[in-house]
Amino acid sequence: MLETIGLDSEEDLISYLPQDVRFDKALSIDDGKSEYEIVEYFKQRAAQNGNGYRSFLGAGVYNHYRPVLVDTVVSRGEFLTSYTPYQAEIAQGTLTSIFEFQTMVCQLTGMEVANASMYDGSSAVPEAAMMAVRVTRRNKVLIARTVHPEYREVLQTYTRHQGIPVGELQYKKNGRIDLDALSKALDDDVAAVIVQSPNFFGILEDIKETSRIASAKGALLIVVFTEAVALGLIEPPKEADIVVGELQSFAISPSYGGPYAGIIATREKYIRQLPGRLVGETTDAEGRRAFCLTLATREQHIRREKATSNICTNQALLALMATVFMTVYGKEGLRELAEQNLAKALYLASKLPLEFDAPFFNEFVARSNGTSPEQINSKLAEQKITGGLALGRFYPELKNGMLLCATEMNRREDMDAVAAAFAAS
Amino acid sequence: MIKKVSSHIVQNEPLVFELSSPGKRGYQLPDLDVPPVDAAQALGAENVRSEIEGFPEISEIETIRHFTRLSTWNYAIDLGLYPLGSCTMKYNPRVNELVARTEGLAWAHPYQPEEFSQGCMEIIAALEKALAEITGLDAVTLQPAAGAHGEFTGILMIRALLETRGNPRKKILVPDSAHGTNPATAMMVGYTVENIKSNNRGMVDLEVLSRVTTDDVAAFMITNPNTVGVFEENIRKICAIMHEKGALVYMDGANMNALVGIVRPGELGIDVMHLNLHKTFSTPHGGGGPGSGAVAVAKVLTPFLPSPRLERDGDRWTWNFDLPDSIGRVRAYYGNFGVLVRALAYIMAHGGNGLRQATLDALLNANYIRALLEPSYDLAYRAPSMHECVFSDDRQAKKGVRTGDIAKRLIDYGFHPYTVSFPLIVRGALMIEPTETESKRELDLFADAMISIAKEVEENPELVLKAPHSTLIRRVDEVTAARRPIVRWKPQTKASQAAD
Repeated sequence: MLETIGLDSEEDLISYLPQDVRFDKALSIDDGKSEYEIVEYFKQRAAQNGNGYRSFLGAGVYNHYRPVLVDTVVSRGEFLTSYTPYQAEIAQGTLTSIFEFQTMVCQLTGMEVANASMYDGSSAVPEAAMMAVRVTRRNKVLIARTVHPEYREVLQTYTRHQGIPVGELQYKKNGRIDLDALSKALDDDVAAVIVQSPNFFGILEDIKETSRIASAKGALLIVVFTEAVALGLIEPPKEADIVVGELQSFAISPSYGGPYAGIIATREKYIRQLPGRLVGETTDAEGRRAFCLTLATREQHIRREKATSNICTNQALLALMATVFMTVYGKEGLRELAEQNLAKALYLASKLPLEFDAPFFNEFVARSNGTSPEQINSKLAEQKITGGLALGRFYPELKNGMLLCATEMNRREDMDAVAAAFAAS
Repeated sequence: MIKKVSSHIVQNEPLVFELSSPGKRGYQLPDLDVPPVDAAQALGAENVRSEIEGFPEISEIETIRHFTRLSTWNYAIDLGLYPLGSCTMKYNPRVNELVARTEGLAWAHPYQPEEFSQGCMEIIAALEKALAEITGLDAVTLQPAAGAHGEFTGILMIRALLETRGNPRKKILVPDSAHGTNPATAMMVGYTVENIKSNNRGMVDLEVLSRVTTDDVAAFMITNPNTVGVFEENIRKICAIMHEKGALVYMDGANMNALVGIVRPGELGIDVMHLNLHKTFSTPHGGGGPGSGAVAVAKVLTPFLPSPRLERDGDRWTWNFDLPDSIGRVRAYYGNFGVLVRALAYIMAHGGNGLRQATLDALLNANYIRALLEPSYDLAYRAPSMHECVFSDDRQAKKGVRTGDIAKRLIDYGFHPYTVSFPLIVRGALMIEPTETESKRELDLFADAMISIAKEVEENPELVLKAPHSTLIRRVDEVTAARRPIVRWKPQTKASQAAD
């Protein structure tokens, strides 16, 4: 090969680089390891984590069973090791599965169009806000304090330099957004109202009424979800203008925070304002059904500084996991799964003092008396149980609150242990 | 003569919705160990949905066949060379997949107590350290989810630094050869974009740069090696020009596969850069993601890194959320941890010397392809190539055949096309990046295919213009797809069936 190029050694490939740009030392990184050593290294790191704990953590990341078929499918090299499907003729597998994904997201959310996925739920929120600003040509957004606190932080980071002021809406004693406060805060500059349902406390918001109030003032309604399993059972947010959310619950392992798969879905009339990749149906030169990436003129590689977003890479493989999950559970299974989650959460909640009284799905806020949530969690850790999230970190006014989640993975005896720990506090 | 592929039977398959019929199921749930509940009673009837209309109902074997059949319609690295320029489609080692699924890592919850997360935190720390070493920069954040997300993070930090100096400034300079994400990113941070014309060697023109770098300029975003695969030799001078005017230099690390172990951007004056772990560090593209856009910064930018930061507290790791100058979060939790695990496994497998050798091999493969194709295609620029080479379709265009047509014909030869029509500064660009993981045999097959296509262009251009000929589907009608977008399946109603 060197002879073909006309060089004597591989070093000659870089000898033309100026001396003052070259790094001529050795990188201070240990010598290469064998496969066995690498596997051992990561096993040891896993052993450093808490192991064998049964968890009641939710708060945006949920423990759900991952059907075996999911990894079977995504481990196929044809899905795993392909690039973004720009060459439609040799990417129909990915394109078809994304088209199915887009369809299922619409069916699930009650929206008309959905894109091929976003990085995650948190970054989908500001993308939706930016979209609402483009659609309404207004600049403010209002976000409920019952939206995931980290999602709200991400919204602040994104909007800070785009001339989009963000106002926060308080929640009421029942754990739902204060709709009177919303009515007062709405003015003609508000592009979007952002609420989450089930919200961060697990509670269902009144989407119909929120929509009525927002649309009366010409603002778009953005509905966020973090627990996709809820959509198997609860009324989809049909009244929303944009729905964004996180599909981690659909067979994506918690993996210490990522990678996950965000979604953005909306009404057909806003399709040209959607960020990110979109797969469309068309025909090939012989009239057969085919799929391809479409409406690329919204995107950065064509529009550059005039694009709807800078987003490029998405979460295709995670979206595929979710697609396989939705296919495995299907129409009946997703509902039954959601019903199991609801039943487990209601069982656990029935044994604990609750902070709020509005209906919730599979997580809720329990209130400790005397003993702090952190102390209760320490007690539970002794029984190899990871308790809920102590809320004081995000809501100083709820320092006695613990956000607990119960899914199909939680057993009754562990729930009884949690109840006992609260009772003893 | 097509050597790499033969045609064979491919399974047809409808959409999953078209396979569905009521009552079919492929799931099992355990028996409920708590009392069942009536959802309407628990949540209020108005909050409970009716069935999810159109949702799939198929059996387990139909599910596995459905997705397996779909998979066979894809090209992939596992099937052969994937020479997309600037995309670094290298082999994705399978041990990385295994370790990312280690139970104690894959099931770690981001809110589990720090004392139960030390293993995850150790992995993050180890990767941050390795990437700082590789880039020659001072600190690394692993929070951004992808390259463009990393750019966004980097430019936010630049803005934050300039604000503390009293003036965030107005403009970001971007070369006309840059990836589209660069200008789109600058806009999202409240900057206007000024495109800088490249010189006749495809490089940054120092005179132009000096002229346009005023006190209004916040930063210059440079890709190095640039998108024609050429190292910007004047990089030190470029950094000096910017720094003299109080502006910063952002490096797009999309092409870092050309530099690992031989050039450290931090030593050249780069202030901040991102790395695409899904390119340089071998994590799989998965048909478009997930990625990870780690960002490395010089000391001056460290106070502005996204929150939280991993810190050592005695003998344990801890997350520090108390960072008054931080730009805040760019996403929830700590980044695409599963991708980070894979990237660290890649670095461990290579070691310092192995990483450098991989870079040299990537350069060797690109220059080998360049040497083999030069007699048949016009090189865009004569400057030495690094990890990719860029040709123009000038010679073939005279016969009416463009880069996009050659790309489609390449599919018939059993290869994924190169990057088509990018960078924009090259007329009819063919941008080819073979990466280091390809064998000489695969490269020779590719070069033979390209040379053979060049001959076809001379002798029978129609053959190329109508390609591909042997694929599952022929060229698709992208115009109609965009004009009348159909982006979801809908059940055929009786009325629409009658209309058909």
